[in-house]
Amino acid sequence: MSKKVERKLSRRDAIKALATIPTLILFRCNAPETGEPAPGAADGYKWEDYYWGYSIDTSKCIGCNACVRACRDENNVPPGVFRTWVERYRVDNKGEVHVDAATDGDFVFKEAESELEVEKAFFVPKICNHCSKSVCNQVCPVGASYKTEDGVVLVDEERCIGCGYCVQACPYGTRFINPTNHLSDKCTLCYHRITRGEQTACVQACPTGTRLFGNLKDPNSELSMILKQRNYRLLRPEMGTHPKCYYLELDAEVV
Amino acid sequence: MNYVFPNEINVTWTVMIVLYPYITGLVAGAFIVSSLYHVFNKEELRPVARFSLASAFVFLLFATLPLLIHLGQPQRAFNIMITPNFTSAMAGFGFIYLTYMIIVVLEIWFVMRGDFIARAKGTGMAALISRLVLLGNLKESKESRAADHKIARFLAGVGIPMACILHGYVGFLFGSLKANPWWNTPLMFVIFIFSAIVSGIAVLIFHYMLIHKLNGWKMDQPCIRAMGKYLWGFMIMAVSLELLELLSIAYKQTEEWEVLFELIADKLLVTYVILQFFVFSLIPFMMLAVAALFKLRDRIANVLIWTASTMLLVQVLLMRWNVVVGGQLLSKSMRGFTSYLPGLWEKEGLVVGAVVFTLPFGILYVFHRIISLFPDAEKRARPATGGQ
Repeated sequence: MSKKVERKLSRRDAIKALATIPTLILFRCNAPETGEPAPGAADGYKWEDYYWGYSIDTSKCIGCNACVRACRDENNVPPGVFRTWVERYRVDNKGEVHVDAATDGDFVFKEAESELEVEKAFFVPKICNHCSKSVCNQVCPVGASYKTEDGVVLVDEERCIGCGYCVQACPYGTRFINPTNHLSDKCTLCYHRITRGEQTACVQACPTGTRLFGNLKDPNSELSMILKQRNYRLLRPEMGTHPKCYYLELDAEVV
Repeated sequence: MNYVFPNEINVTWTVMIVLYPYITGLVAGAFIVSSLYHVFNKEELRPVARFSLASAFVFLLFATLPLLIHLGQPQRAFNIMITPNFTSAMAGFGFIYLTYMIIVVLEIWFVMRGDFIARAKGTGMAALISRLVLLGNLKESKESRAADHKIARFLAGVGIPMACILHGYVGFLFGSLKANPWWNTPLMFVIFIFSAIVSGIAVLIFHYMLIHKLNGWKMDQPCIRAMGKYLWGFMIMAVSLELLELLSIAYKQTEEWEVLFELIADKLLVTYVILQFFVFSLIPFMMLAVAALFKLRDRIANVLIWTASTMLLVQVLLMRWNVVVGGQLLSKSMRGFTSYLPGLWEKEGLVVGAVVFTLPFGILYVFHRIISLFPDAEKRARPATGGQ
């Protein structure tokens, strides 16, 4: 009898051991590289003190595209692809919505068509939403796409295979395959700058204070205060991605 | 109207990503035909049993090629198995593919071991390859044959759910992307499986009849008729599922429908509505119905079945195109569409695509030179040609 019990136990142990191997592999492969900030962060930066968010006050944007130009200069964004862009919305007297973006040359909006009788117009800057539950990270097959502890969604250029699945998965169209290095590319929230205590290039370039980024972990940061006091909307909340780009004064037409 | 997010003007997934589900579909479909014989004892499929298995194998060999051509960093392809991110549907690819490859290779080994032994006893390159495949073991007995048969049957059985996983997984890749209303449906998984079976049976009929015609071999009529009926049945299911999907989104009239309707009625009018449904589904459906339901002379039935099969091969290719490219024409801004026409000579263009698709047929020919895929037909033909 006792022999049987012993055998049973040892078999269970064997099964346990067998189950441990794949589990270990699984966890080893997905082990988040905690302990130090992501590559590109400045020395001495304490990422545990921050959780970055972003706000855009659409009532302030004048559509100058200074942010777009600044981003391209700062991050060497190749022609034809965008880490950030500004959309122009014009609602005419028939209620029809006309949307466009300045995507070439000096990134200046084309003159409005004279026959268009515009009744309402506004600009909406777009950027990666650095979602808390980002779908791009979920679908990356090799774990190249990840969110840092301080809330920035980044791409590991050493791991990315350039499959484009994240590009397809992002509901906001903010990702693209970089035509020069064939890697997935996106807004890094100027991680190399913000970890040095500087502003992102787009925020710094904005002449009207439309764009603001800040620390959601600090209840007294400007961003946290704005979110407490103002009404805001998120883009496509039904996607369940929990975006961290908060839009103030956003029109219902915008997706 | 017509505003496309600036990063969506250029379509990311093109010809190669259309070909990839097309080729894996052929694998899954061809394998299921071979299993119908090996597992479900459909004796009438005996003449194509080994042909279908070999076809599944050669298509499987090339299923990853379009992906490698597509990848921005193909040298890192194995990252998908070295550092898999298991929350990604795509991370399963390497493991599913590898498992399936092992099953198919073993299945071929056990089904054709006798033939390899016979070949290995001869001389020349084919004998050398056969000896390598057999790992030097040329022993054969009644018992070993029975054991081989038993294992092959087991593998064929395991292979059916694996074929469904291999191809259903591809459907899931698209169907699970919530950001794209044209892809986002749980039915995608099932639609892909059925369309895979359709394309698999279609390619077998197309190729089987073509080879026999070109070689002047006698075709196995009951086999062709049976395959025609299977094809008819599976195409009905595949097309019904797709129409069901379309009907349900159209009837629900959600916000998405407005833009999807425009996609269907304008951007995909030719490739989806006219070609995929009216020309390449309806016509083969009627041809196969006539062949299945009426007593026709073999010649007429064969023309109908072969033409329908060829058209269904195109239909499934169109379906892949309409899913993969169609879904990317629609901007996530829900306000407009981009356009895409494949280039001829570019890396992911039509010429490379055609080459990728032709290669498996070449390898199948080499396979046939080593182990005959139609031993009965060849045997029957031999005395006749010898006498002339």
